[in-house]
Amino acid sequence: MSKEKGRLATHKRRMQYLLSTPYVLWSIGFIVLPLIMIVYYGMTSRNGDGFTLENLKLIWAPTNRSTLVLSIQLSVISTLLCLLIAYPLALALRALRLKSNGFVILLFMLPMWMNFLLRTIAWQNILEKNGVINMFLGAVGLPKLNIINTPAAIVLGMVYDFLPFMIIPIYNVLSKISDDVIQAASDLGANYIQILFRVIIPLSKPGIVSGLTMVFVPSLTTFVISDILGGGKVLLIGKVIEQKFKMANDWNAGCGLSLVLMVFIFICMAIVQKYDKDAEGTGVW
Amino acid sequence: MVKRIIQKGYIGLVIVFLYAPILVLAVLSFNSSKSRAKWGGFTLKWYQKMLENDKILNALWTTLLLALASALLAALLGTLAAVAINRMKKLPKAVMMSITNIPLLNSEIVTGISLMLLYFAVSFSLGFTSVLLALTAAHMPYVILSVLPKLRQTSKSTYEAALDLGAPPLAAFFRIVLPDIFPGVLSGFMLAFTLALDDFVITHFTKNARVNTLSTVIYAETRRGIEPEIYALSTVMFTAVLVLLIAVNRTKAKAAKKAAERQR
Amino acid sequence: MAQDNKLINLENITKKYDGQIVLDELNLYIRENEFLTILGPSGCGKTTTLRIIGGFETPDVGRVIFDGQDITNLPPNKRQLNTVFQKYALFTHMTIAENIAFGLKIKKKSKAYIQDKIAYALKLVNLDGYENRMPDSLSGGQQQRIAIARAIVNEPKVLLLDEPLGALDLKLRQDMQYELIRLKNELGITFVYVTHDQEEALTMSDTIVVMNQGYIQQIGSPEDIYNEPKNAFVADFIGESNIIGATMLEDRLVEILGAKFACVDEGFGSQCPVDVVIRPEDVDLVEPEEGTIQGVVTSLIFKGVHYEMEVMANGFSWLVHSTDLSPVGKQVGIKVDPFDIQIMNKPESEDEEAVGVNE
Repeated sequence: MSKEKGRLATHKRRMQYLLSTPYVLWSIGFIVLPLIMIVYYGMTSRNGDGFTLENLKLIWAPTNRSTLVLSIQLSVISTLLCLLIAYPLALALRALRLKSNGFVILLFMLPMWMNFLLRTIAWQNILEKNGVINMFLGAVGLPKLNIINTPAAIVLGMVYDFLPFMIIPIYNVLSKISDDVIQAASDLGANYIQILFRVIIPLSKPGIVSGLTMVFVPSLTTFVISDILGGGKVLLIGKVIEQKFKMANDWNAGCGLSLVLMVFIFICMAIVQKYDKDAEGTGVW
Repeated sequence: MVKRIIQKGYIGLVIVFLYAPILVLAVLSFNSSKSRAKWGGFTLKWYQKMLENDKILNALWTTLLLALASALLAALLGTLAAVAINRMKKLPKAVMMSITNIPLLNSEIVTGISLMLLYFAVSFSLGFTSVLLALTAAHMPYVILSVLPKLRQTSKSTYEAALDLGAPPLAAFFRIVLPDIFPGVLSGFMLAFTLALDDFVITHFTKNARVNTLSTVIYAETRRGIEPEIYALSTVMFTAVLVLLIAVNRTKAKAAKKAAERQR
Repeated sequence: MAQDNKLINLENITKKYDGQIVLDELNLYIRENEFLTILGPSGCGKTTTLRIIGGFETPDVGRVIFDGQDITNLPPNKRQLNTVFQKYALFTHMTIAENIAFGLKIKKKSKAYIQDKIAYALKLVNLDGYENRMPDSLSGGQQQRIAIARAIVNEPKVLLLDEPLGALDLKLRQDMQYELIRLKNELGITFVYVTHDQEEALTMSDTIVVMNQGYIQQIGSPEDIYNEPKNAFVADFIGESNIIGATMLEDRLVEILGAKFACVDEGFGSQCPVDVVIRPEDVDLVEPEEGTIQGVVTSLIFKGVHYEMEVMANGFSWLVHSTDLSPVGKQVGIKVDPFDIQIMNKPESEDEEAVGVNE
């Protein structure tokens, strides 16, 4: 009997190894090793002199410092704007009481089937001096809007490109909050504002955290949006890194900057996650 | 009542915001002037020219192939990974989940660069395969995260019941567990496909000069002006997807209606 | 009953969803301090009635009077009553103590007062020491008791309970029934309880309201409802019964399946078609020659307290509960005590069957 049991356990363990091995190998090869490569390049000198912190210090070089600060400013602003736009939207979508979330997710994913570079380029048309908005403003006799090639246009581009990544996780969480819970709060004397701040928002924290992550990270590191809507006049940290690889061919410097940026992002996320007590189930989708 | 109107109005506004650029691009595809800034009258010539433009058609083909293959690979490996993670004990599970989350937290630029460095270190030459593997690695976590909750919902007892009824483990998995978690696999696949289709950054860092996707072609052309054929092509792609989705929805709605009638 | 202790009065309530009538001109009053149960099958309108009292639904027609005041259009957060939801509806992001304190914090009570109330409520539901646990770590029965605690700390005049035991298993359900009776007695407030479980209703209630298809079928004490069902629906829904079409021959004499039975009902006139209800425990099996009619036992099941038998007699299969065993195939006589035959008017149409009989 116990021998039989032992054999079953061995069999189960073998099954587990068989199942786990491919993914463990894959994640070592495609996630862990590449990261080690970045750390390695970031902490060694370009001339082969071995270990150095110079590449990391580059982030605080005068030119890069202002670029980094601007990047952080713009990405924080666009992340908050996304939250401000997406939260009421997700509440309104929840109020529609659709039978499945599929439709909503589709609605906000569908634009991605039009290439995002193209969609960002289209914003040039809309924002330009003689663009769609200014044609409209001119027609009704209002002063022209000149935001193309400014940080404002970049923020708009970030909000535009990454808004769906804020909407979907928040909506997913909100649509799962049962009406009973909201009615219970109302039954216990809470008015709508109290219900919103004491029940709905705390319950939707996992969605908010996912959304913040999924908007903040790409906005902080983008170089495409600033290329297109900043007209090359606004330099962001993502562009600096890209140029280290594609123009200057200084991989060590690029990796040093990437490493600092990566650690910065992880610290930010750790802080945000800390405010979200139940990090388990922080499903991105 | 007023609240409802405000809610719907707001939803409408955001949808207009998200779809306005698409409309602009569709309009540009009918613009006979090659300049983006000027309207030169209505034309269909770009739609005709796009069929003769080998560079764009090649890029389209590469884009679709990469998106489809990487999404399939991600769905396959991701599902397997999710099953394995779901069966792990607490500590290995926590470790693997943390590692899985890295590509999600990492910016695309870091993911792209790190994979490029890896390819370089192992002297794996950049090309179609390197992009394919990079996209798979970047998007697999999405599949894992959309399959895992379904696996948790699927009770262990249905799998055990299948074993009890004499099914070998593999058959039990394919016939009982897989159909249960399939919606998660499908949505993970769709997500991976969509993200790969729209990807620029990862491809940018892991490709060589010969491999070009729509994104990389467009990026190269941003400075000197986009060829209008690309507007036409994108409009066709978007319209095709839209029509397909509406058709699928229609048939689904019809099937549901029929089912409802039969029940009565 | 005196007019002044009617705490809640539902006047002429009608409610439709998508054109479908859920409640039709419903009238009902609830007295202070009573345990009133609304009982009926799913879709009968019982939950809607409760939600109208709670303020989660507004009736299309009619008024809700609470303590002499019209509260028909008052939102739930302004009503002096609290609800215990079927699926507990605890706030999963708060500890047990925070859950219980929720209503009191909204009312801006002092910290000391809230602390006292939490301790008192947890003691009342036998869960002291659970203050800092999270709802997810509690069993279903415990969560339900927290839901009750969360409601009663607000000192409502009425506690509304929407199938609160529906999600619990049998043993726990029975324990909770006694618990609820005890709570009700200790708190001295009105309970309005909604259930589809007749046993729950009979065990706990002072008054039972039986509903079907949006109409009240009968209002009465558990004894009234069980012993004197007003129509076949009530008889069938409450307990097991033999419901047989019959003819009232004259006062105190009814013809059932061709045989004459003595009964105690009067005033139906002669040759009046009626339904009779005979509870299975009221059917006496005797020797064939002693019975009013004769039959043969067709099935026998041991039920613990009694045997359940089916007897085919005069073309009707009688359900019989008895502590004495009669084996399958045995010829028996059937006798019924005149007091145990309940006569009911036959409904003339299906619609009428659903129509309220209370007013």
